[in-house]
Amino acid sequence: MLDISPAEWTAILLSLRVAVIATLVATPFGIALAWLLARHDFWGKSFLDAVVHLPLVLPPVVTGYLLLLTFGRKGLVGGFLAEYLGIVFSFRWTGAALACGVMSFPLLVRPMRLSIEAIDRRLEQAAETLGAAPWKVFFTVTLPLSLPGVLAGMVLGFAKAIGEFGATITFVSNIPGETQTISSAIYSLIQTPDGDAAAGRLVIVSVALAIGALISAEWFARRATKRLHGN
Amino acid sequence: MLRVDVEKQLGEFSLSASFASEGRVIGLFGASGAGKSSLVNMIAGLLRPDRGTIVIDGETVDDTAAGIHIPTYQRRIGYVFQDARLFPHLNVAQNLDYGRRMNSLAPDPAQHKRIVELLDIGALLDRRPGKLSGGERQRVALGRALLSKPRLLLLDEPLGALDEGRKLEILPYLVRLRDEANVPMVYVSHDVAELRQLATQIVMLKQGRVTSFGGVKVLT
Repeated sequence: MLDISPAEWTAILLSLRVAVIATLVATPFGIALAWLLARHDFWGKSFLDAVVHLPLVLPPVVTGYLLLLTFGRKGLVGGFLAEYLGIVFSFRWTGAALACGVMSFPLLVRPMRLSIEAIDRRLEQAAETLGAAPWKVFFTVTLPLSLPGVLAGMVLGFAKAIGEFGATITFVSNIPGETQTISSAIYSLIQTPDGDAAAGRLVIVSVALAIGALISAEWFARRATKRLHGN
Repeated sequence: MLRVDVEKQLGEFSLSASFASEGRVIGLFGASGAGKSSLVNMIAGLLRPDRGTIVIDGETVDDTAAGIHIPTYQRRIGYVFQDARLFPHLNVAQNLDYGRRMNSLAPDPAQHKRIVELLDIGALLDRRPGKLSGGERQRVALGRALLSKPRLLLLDEPLGALDEGRKLEILPYLVRLRDEANVPMVYVSHDVAELRQLATQIVMLKQGRVTSFGGVKVLT
């Protein structure tokens, strides 16, 4: 079995914490945005869609730098949050979670949007004729029917968050125990003369996490199809 | 009971219909494309008339001149669609209970029992809609609409998707419903035989216009 050292555990657990928080915080925003994009036409929709997908195509170092400019202590939003709410992102694990959340957001939103688009809108009409106000229709019909897509999006987002490197290291650096995730730990270990074995162990862990996430996303997608056919 | 006087332009098609009825079952008769479904969707509030008024049970639910348009969910109507539209993520019992929950009505076990027996769906309560036959689905859809305690029941070709054998299986339930459930109905169909058995009054639609109105004899 893998003989994982305490320092490596620290990186693994930090990665898990960062990815879990990033996914949980991003999910409500993801559902709201997926619903907006799936169901509404409005001025600037393609622009919003492009902005959401931007982290997927921008060099991660650019995203990280933009985060630093915005959410750093001297940044417009970061300065405000630090001063009035006491929330600091720069060089903290919370900043790593923010970077991971932003980077994984496009992957998180996509399956949610697809599953909302796949819902038969005539079911929502039926709910309305039975006396359900629009918000009740959303929570009793739309959301339950899109749940497998929502879960698949969360799994994919989580997998992406756990592997995020470029934006995180640019924004919050590579501080063991605070911002050093699996990826940045591997990066440091490869540059250390005797770090190969440790790096290898972390590589195996991250490969296992990624494969596990992809398999569960696939499983949720299959359930979605089944559910929509009423079995 | 129901007063309709509406106009609606749908692409090339123009619908202009006016009738008032106290009948227990108003049969809306016409060929496909005559505007029957559009008319029913307007009564349900799913489609908004360009001009005119709709009054259900004394309540004005649409009046374009006064800017009134009561949303569907506040109209207290029941709607049975051609494709039953049962919720696939809920079992039959939960489907039946949906309208009651959405309207925050107190449970009414007596009514529940009566309707489940009337439609003969007691054996299906634990099943998912995907495991039901077309006829069973339609009976559950009827029950679901009735249990929301509507003041008007709209049925848009409820037998349209069923083969002849299944139609004959459902028709007696609809007759019982008419005689026992005490809810006025609007029944849309292009089938003369069906309407003869069920309707008490007929509104005949042709290319978006009402061409005759009266007793079942106008069907001849």
